[in-house]
Amino acid sequence: MTYLEFEKPIQLLVEQLEQLNETAEKTQVDVASAVAELEAKIITTRKEIYANLSAWQRVQASRHPDRPYSLSYMDAVSDNTFIELHGDRTVGDDKAMIGGFGQIDGRTVMFVGQQKGINTKMRQIRRFGMANPEGYRKALRLFKLAERFNKPIVTFIDTPGAYPGLEAEERGQGEAIARNIFEMAQLKVPVICIILGEGASGGALGIGVGDKVCMLENTWYSVISPESCSSILWRNWDNKETAAEALKLTAKDMLENKLVDAIIPEPIGGAHNNIPEAHQIVKQHIITYLKELDAINPEERINQRIDKFCNMGVVVE
Amino acid sequence: MSWFKRKKEGITTSTKDKKETPDGLWYKCPECKTIITTDEHEDNSWVCTSCAYHEKIGSEEYFALLFDNNAFTEINAGVKSADPLNFTDTKKYSARLADTIAKTELNDAIRTAYGKVDGNDLMIACMDFKFIGGSMGSVVGEKIARSIDYCLANRLPLMIISKSGGARMMEAAYSLMQMAKTSAKLSLMAKAGIPYISFLTDPTTGGVTASFAMLGDLNISEPGALIAFAGPRVVRETIGKDLPEGFQTAEFVLEKGFLDKIILRKELKTNIGKLLNMFAN
Ligand SMILES: [Zn+2]
Repeated sequence: MTYLEFEKPIQLLVEQLEQLNETAEKTQVDVASAVAELEAKIITTRKEIYANLSAWQRVQASRHPDRPYSLSYMDAVSDNTFIELHGDRTVGDDKAMIGGFGQIDGRTVMFVGQQKGINTKMRQIRRFGMANPEGYRKALRLFKLAERFNKPIVTFIDTPGAYPGLEAEERGQGEAIARNIFEMAQLKVPVICIILGEGASGGALGIGVGDKVCMLENTWYSVISPESCSSILWRNWDNKETAAEALKLTAKDMLENKLVDAIIPEPIGGAHNNIPEAHQIVKQHIITYLKELDAINPEERINQRIDKFCNMGVVVE
Repeated sequence: MSWFKRKKEGITTSTKDKKETPDGLWYKCPECKTIITTDEHEDNSWVCTSCAYHEKIGSEEYFALLFDNNAFTEINAGVKSADPLNFTDTKKYSARLADTIAKTELNDAIRTAYGKVDGNDLMIACMDFKFIGGSMGSVVGEKIARSIDYCLANRLPLMIISKSGGARMMEAAYSLMQMAKTSAKLSLMAKAGIPYISFLTDPTTGGVTASFAMLGDLNISEPGALIAFAGPRVVRETIGKDLPEGFQTAEFVLEKGFLDKIILRKELKTNIGKLLNMFAN
């Protein structure tokens, strides 16, 4: 377990509990009631801490090293039927963007999402979840494949942004993201987009145009990360907490501003604290949304999708 | 259609200020340092007479260059930003807006107007870089969306002239969603079979590149324009070394296959006219 700075009170209690269990084992003293008390305290502490996170702490939680990534959801949500499909058919196979078929209670769904690495080596290979143009083009290929065979699409968003590299620019990062947004608007099948961790900028939106766009409770979604925002607008790296507040990037803010459709709750203490439960919650939400979207005819669904995005923005005259 | 004529005097905003001092009567090319009079410069479509450097110009100049007799009808001119997040960085966004409006005499970073280009009907949405770096917030998205609605209703071709540093951070996720809004609207243009010409000028970067600017039925640029998703500084930081010569210029982007053409500003109007004619006949 890794504990973030604001999780320290939880860590202290967990360590106390471990000590208590150790002592009990050595001394054969009955500590059952003390253990129960500590366990209850750990739960209330987790609840309290996670109920009162600042925007910046929410950003930190979204990047928690123990947090489950897209692939783990694809496997779990599909009861391990997930079959990964590779390549954009032009340039290569981007490991930062993954996708493939899986079944939810017997029904085939196309999953697509950014994938962060789970260890040092994989983090390099997956470029920390920052896709190249071929990643976005692989995503689009899979969207079109799903549309051709009338399978709904579920995207999992977890990226610090599209990769800002030299080859990415050469191969048209801007065009790749633009094309995906444009094509996603017209997909004839239901599209559900779930922000699992970080939803940074065009890199997130490149797989983020859907009928239902939802955020897990401890995630963020905005035009820029608080760190980069601080460096550009305040010209230093020290205003990231202020920037996080100002950007209104939490799930709660985004829902209030009608920029996402729903918040998906996380287990007590965050998704990383009970990964199987997080998987189940997400699965249940997908099932509910699919039922809802199935009831709308494709043309109407596309109109509603486009209208929703066209209503975003505030102007005066 | 109601038409009105813009006064010739209004076209020279970029040089008007400088004329208050005697030095301002001269234009010095930032590329080759050649000095010519501002009148010569303007007569040459704000292009250096010596090295053909294309100076950055705004909606006023592009409208004058493109619309026949500089006659056009501007729509939604009064739409302004509302500061929905009550955003403050080193300055309040509302104050920044008010100051910029006063200084630039523009209401936001885009103007939309229709008229005739070499006799062809065309809607032009043109960005203004001097308004907070041509950044895209709710107004840019909304005005593009409304101009597309007009194009759809009247079967009018659209040209968007991009010139932007990207998203307007002070509108955070609202700004991000303008990428979805404009691209979704453009998908309706494509469905209706109405041509959309994207004209990418110096600079076109960030969320503008990653949405409407790269979605033209034709993507056209001016010589030397910077066209990027991630700007040169960010790419340099990522790779940890200097960038190759000419990286992210219009010529580079053309070579990589993302532009149809680069057109000299002096030949822009005739070329756009010819292309519109190709679609129409
Ligand atoms: Zn010159």
